[in-house]
Amino acid sequence: MAFHQITLTINGETEIIEVPSNMTLLQMLREKVVLTGTKNGCAAGECGACTVMLNGEPVNSCLVLAVECDGAQITTVEGLAQNNHLSPIQEAIVAHGGVQCGFCTPGVLISAQALLNRNPQPTDHEIRDALVGNLCRCTGYLRIIEAVKEAAKQHAVTV
Amino acid sequence: MLVKEPPTEKIPDLIGASVPRLDAYEKVTGAAVFTDDLQFGPGLLHARIKRSPHPHALIKSIDVSKARALPGVKAVVTGEDFPGFIGLYLKDRYIFARDRVRYVGEAIAGVAAISEAVAEKAVDLIEIEYELLEPVLDPEFGASPEAPLLHPDLGSYEVVPFIFPKPGTNISNHFKIRKGDADSAWSTCAAIVEHKYRIPHVQHVPIEPHVAIAKVDEQGKVTLWSSSQSPFAQRNLIAKSLGISQSDMRVIAPYVGGGFGCKAGVSMEALAVAIALKAKGRPVKLLLTREEEFYTAFVRQGLVIKLKIGCDAEGKLLAMENTMYWDGGASTEYGVNITRAGGYSSSGPYEIPHVKTDSMCVYTNHPVGGAMRGFGMPELHAGLEQCIDELAHEIKLDPVEFRRINCLKTGSTVVTGSKMHPTGLPECIDRVAEAIHWGHKAPPSSPTKRRGKGIALMWKAPAMPPNPGSSAVVELNEDGTVTLAVGGQEIGQGTFTVMAQMAAAALGVPMDWMRIAGPVDTQYSPYEWQTVASRLTWSMGNAVVNAARDAREQVLNVVAEAWNERPEDLDIVNGEVVSYKSEETISLKDIVIYGMPKPNASGWIGGPIVGRGNFMPTYVTGLDAETGQGERAVVHYTTGAQAVELEVDLETGKIEILRGAAAFDLGKAINPEMAKAQVEGGFVQGISTALFESMQFKDGIMQNPSFVDYRIATSADAPPRIDSILVEVPQDDGPFGARGVGEHPMVPTIPAIANAIYDAIGVRVGSPPFTAEKVYLALVDAGVVS
Repeated sequence: MAFHQITLTINGETEIIEVPSNMTLLQMLREKVVLTGTKNGCAAGECGACTVMLNGEPVNSCLVLAVECDGAQITTVEGLAQNNHLSPIQEAIVAHGGVQCGFCTPGVLISAQALLNRNPQPTDHEIRDALVGNLCRCTGYLRIIEAVKEAAKQHAVTV
Repeated sequence: MLVKEPPTEKIPDLIGASVPRLDAYEKVTGAAVFTDDLQFGPGLLHARIKRSPHPHALIKSIDVSKARALPGVKAVVTGEDFPGFIGLYLKDRYIFARDRVRYVGEAIAGVAAISEAVAEKAVDLIEIEYELLEPVLDPEFGASPEAPLLHPDLGSYEVVPFIFPKPGTNISNHFKIRKGDADSAWSTCAAIVEHKYRIPHVQHVPIEPHVAIAKVDEQGKVTLWSSSQSPFAQRNLIAKSLGISQSDMRVIAPYVGGGFGCKAGVSMEALAVAIALKAKGRPVKLLLTREEEFYTAFVRQGLVIKLKIGCDAEGKLLAMENTMYWDGGASTEYGVNITRAGGYSSSGPYEIPHVKTDSMCVYTNHPVGGAMRGFGMPELHAGLEQCIDELAHEIKLDPVEFRRINCLKTGSTVVTGSKMHPTGLPECIDRVAEAIHWGHKAPPSSPTKRRGKGIALMWKAPAMPPNPGSSAVVELNEDGTVTLAVGGQEIGQGTFTVMAQMAAAALGVPMDWMRIAGPVDTQYSPYEWQTVASRLTWSMGNAVVNAARDAREQVLNVVAEAWNERPEDLDIVNGEVVSYKSEETISLKDIVIYGMPKPNASGWIGGPIVGRGNFMPTYVTGLDAETGQGERAVVHYTTGAQAVELEVDLETGKIEILRGAAAFDLGKAINPEMAKAQVEGGFVQGISTALFESMQFKDGIMQNPSFVDYRIATSADAPPRIDSILVEVPQDDGPFGARGVGEHPMVPTIPAIANAIYDAIGVRVGSPPFTAEKVYLALVDAGVVS
């Protein structure tokens, strides 16, 4: 197995990491950087629990090889709160009760944040569409959808 | 703060307040620790499992020599190493298969190696010779005398006294109801409906797969870290199976990333422990793949149910015959009790004078059935509530009115012969009918669609042994904050928050003073039977309130002695002890660790305050094995009603749920918003099983073990709106009157949707799931479309 040294930015911090060729971005985050907020639910790109932002776009990190991320900007759930202040989407999902077991939550938050970044005022349909790859078995989604609407409202107020 | 009024029995303000979840902050920041997040360093070994490719076969030989010789392999184990049985209600399974395999995916051997890749390679090198046997793939056939016997030793298995196996058959439990005289009641019925339904196997699909890490020290003491709803049951069952002391078996259980029953009892955790026993000193981790998650842990068992229900000309239910063949799978150690629950709940939430029920748990060569949200009730109600609906139409009564007439009311005679405790079921029906605008039909959104509404009722009791216990410890800290220790598990339902609310309310401190001692650890946490059966709010809640009151009493006794007052004149309000008599006050932080000085420096009173409480129901009686009749079958029933409005697309058969309404009588909502979140989540999980979900088997092999082929509801499938209505008829022995509601919203969803489909298109769709294909073909068959 060949190893590669890659340099990338994770949640604003520059990291230099040695990774084997077949290591996924998900494995690198959880095992090499020990950022365990990003979850492994299926390792097949089907559940969305491992969603992170790769250069601003939400991706299933279980389907991305770590070596592909040389020079990339990665945002994980650990990067959403700034100086211990929850981001608007984090605040909203807590306030609306959109968290139960919490296992899908990191991926949901990243997908929602990526949506708000590219479309600050999404419709109900656009929100559901953006979250369709994030399976949640607990909440029934309604409170998550409400939370994204609330965060969008907050965004509108601050802008 | 000074309170002039003496304390009253009024429910504290914190009870019924929708405070935010205690675990929300760590769960939205990625800080919350789940089992797979624990770090074990480079010494960690990775386990993989050699599994049966056959549904039924004798094991002729197992050769592990090549696997053992592979560099990097540290342990290889087989059933020979672990001869003990394991199981919750019926000890009918081995940790690893021994002489025969009974389902595809059954564990035969386990490997621990320095990496997953090496472990997988070693598993491939294990050679097994089989002699194939005829499989049993249908429970009705399995119950017949023609079926091959899957457990010839059934008669010798250890079993709890309320389960009745039939040795010499594949029936591992037969629960009977013989109430009244159903056979002769049919002649008095004005209308009779008779149907057979097949409810498919479904999977719980927690987003977090099962994971367990086990480590055994040189003395043979075991530590198990697992994603578990049942740390104490795992401690007990695994220790018993291995022949070690429960105190030498420690289970540590971090947050659970979804359970829904599949992480109750013991499934794959025993595999990790067994392998670790042969790799002493090193932690061994077993993480199921998503495919393994689908069929090698627990599944919701399938059900074949034959129902016959009749009523008189006024619409009063007279008789029911209910025959259930549960597809228990290869082992029914947990499943037997689902079939018992199906039996004692077989009437649904109705008063029916003549009932004949046979609920049979049948061994098959399918995956092992276990607990799943609803514990048999969604499967039972799926058919039953369609029959009730049809009977209402037969007798020309409105389905809501028909249910009003027949539903259980306070004092009704339930199917096991006892009287119904105070229940808000009639109110649930009225409120749901009102919320869904029953009787008003809006036009469909397009000429190619049809719109309909449907309703269904439910009841469910906590299904468990008669005497499962709870306990709690309340410990006060230097600053007056309170650490609450419980052994029940936070699986997403919010129990830690609700327990903290009850403790704070019973003790008299602000909510933000509450801390939970976690993770649950059998070495330190107080005992809890299992996090199942929607029993924690009620049972563990009672233990928590008792512990908080114990701590409160200790505090008040100390202060009373120091102040030379009576404890009855004192209270704890917002973290301060107050006297209604002398109007003195003192903050908890000044007394809960170091006590209080006696007058004139003559010594000290008190010491660290630690309150303890427990709870165990003591009043559940046995039921007669032949009639199912008895004084008190269960602790209580939570009842409820649900309704949906939907549209059927005539061109595709696709169902769109437009809105849902649900009302449940939970006695008292400790945290209303969190209770509503449970209702919504269960409702959508129910929609998912109604419209999409079915484990498809061919020759015992699951054909669709991935999220692509086994579809669950996504954000696109959630209805625009669900109205959750909380009805509060207090439970006499519930904390502040509360009873559970976690599982119940899953129960009536399938039949409510089926009944709404009938209302829309005039076709009874029968057995779920109501996929677009199935609905479209039903439309064609009925001549609605050509």
